[in-house]
Amino acid sequence: MATGIATRRSVAALLLHPAAKPVLFVLALLPFAWLFYGAFTNQLGANPAEYLIRATGDWTLRFLCITLAVTPLRMITGTPALARFRRMLGLFVYFYVVLHLLSYSWFDMGFDVADIAKDIAKRPFILVGFSGFLLLTPLAATSFNRAVKAMGARRWQALHKLVYVIAGLALLHFFWMRAGKNNFAEVFVYAGIIAVLLGWRLVQYAKKKRAVPAATGAGTLSRR
Amino acid sequence: MLIKTHRDGFIHPVSSEITPEAVYRNRRELMRLMAGGVAGAALASWAGRQALAQVAKPGKGAAIAAAKSAVPGAVTMEKVTEYKDASTYNNFYEFGTDKSDPAKNAHTLKTAPWTVEIEGLVKKPAKYTLEDLMKLSAQEERIYRLRCVEGWSMVIPWVGYSLSKLIEKVEPQGGAKYVEFITQADPKTMPYVGSRVLDWPYAEGLRLDEAMNPLTLLTFGMYGEVLPNQNGAPVRLVVPWKYGFKSGKSLVKIRFTDKEPKTAWNKAAANEYGFYSNVNPEVDHPRWSQATERRIGEDGLFAKKRKTLMFNGYEAQVGQLYAGMDLKKNY
Repeated sequence: MATGIATRRSVAALLLHPAAKPVLFVLALLPFAWLFYGAFTNQLGANPAEYLIRATGDWTLRFLCITLAVTPLRMITGTPALARFRRMLGLFVYFYVVLHLLSYSWFDMGFDVADIAKDIAKRPFILVGFSGFLLLTPLAATSFNRAVKAMGARRWQALHKLVYVIAGLALLHFFWMRAGKNNFAEVFVYAGIIAVLLGWRLVQYAKKKRAVPAATGAGTLSRR
Repeated sequence: MLIKTHRDGFIHPVSSEITPEAVYRNRRELMRLMAGGVAGAALASWAGRQALAQVAKPGKGAAIAAAKSAVPGAVTMEKVTEYKDASTYNNFYEFGTDKSDPAKNAHTLKTAPWTVEIEGLVKKPAKYTLEDLMKLSAQEERIYRLRCVEGWSMVIPWVGYSLSKLIEKVEPQGGAKYVEFITQADPKTMPYVGSRVLDWPYAEGLRLDEAMNPLTLLTFGMYGEVLPNQNGAPVRLVVPWKYGFKSGKSLVKIRFTDKEPKTAWNKAAANEYGFYSNVNPEVDHPRWSQATERRIGEDGLFAKKRKTLMFNGYEAQVGQLYAGMDLKKNY
């Protein structure tokens, strides 16, 4: 027991260390650094354009999973300090999706707006991915403290619930892209992770709802 | 008196004008050297062009002696794709669906002993060993463009001979209208045979006249050497004016039929992959445009993709096969 408390304390100390955020920032930039380096040193295989488009998409999904894992991890392990990383991780989702969109429009479409419009009409999975990007934009734009204040916590939280829709769109986008080759193994891995993370939230929500009738006033407060 | 002059048609030089042999030999040598000097640069580049066609061997497999092909359209002068790219970026689903999978997994394919069975509507059905099949006709080097239905392309120096040589040997019966190509499907050596992506064995087909076109290549090698496993060893088809998937790899059976054969991708998605699958920039895949392509290893990251050519640039050689056909319907 005593060692458990001790490790918990040292983990908390580590997470609260002033260097923790910069370290995470650098770590989250590593995939980008590798892609950048790989592209310039010609290490991304026979079709670097395809590699970049796919890798930035993969990293968007990975950061989405990591971001969605923060709150469950914080609650289950009782590590409130984890909360301070959530915003940065969320913004990295946006960072990688912007790179993803940029790679596609640049390397695949040569920034030809007419071609992109035609491609979106032709390929529903591109439309789905693009919608996900559009929906994520207001979330990234309202990630500053002042935005939270200006909107009010309740509305801000309601807006940020969009992340669940975005996760669904991202999965559909990935599923559809892989449908051509019937190759869904990886899609199911991400779908499984996201399902667990959302399922946990549903369970928490149901628990709280059940707890509400017992203590009406406190229930509404705690839901914030 | 009859006086012979230089004007009467007999233009015989006087003996003093006859150049001694040693002198004219010297003069020819001088001329040759001068020509060499003046035209040196042009000659060098021409020689270089020739050298480019004779692609450097990567040293990964046994060499196959091959002469340059004389078939019209069989040797493009475009820059040949690097061997590394051509042998590591492959679609060969028996070894995995990712394009890097075949190079990693295909080492398990057992290519010897290998036989190819010729059956169906032929007068002389036969079962060829690979060795006999390779000796059936002289091996040629053909440098073809390869256009994948996914929108990328390569230029590959194949080694083989026109499939028509084999077809003539086995003598199709009058009723034979199509040729079906059946590829190896051995779950023990091909780990992804049995995955639900496609029906196995992977089968492809051509109309008999398409199969008889001299460009249709029965292929045993590339870059001057035997095919690497991931590229369809030990024998495959290459049909350069059609999307790559029409060119079956690791062939075990060639069957002559009177009915259009069922082909692997057509069975998987009939609205996306037709029997013909000719390269055609004007007929889009239902899910993406076919107007442009990315040449692997050549078109830089920031370059606009290049325009795809009708019949992959082989219209002069194969266009007549489709005269009067609606290519939008017969995609």
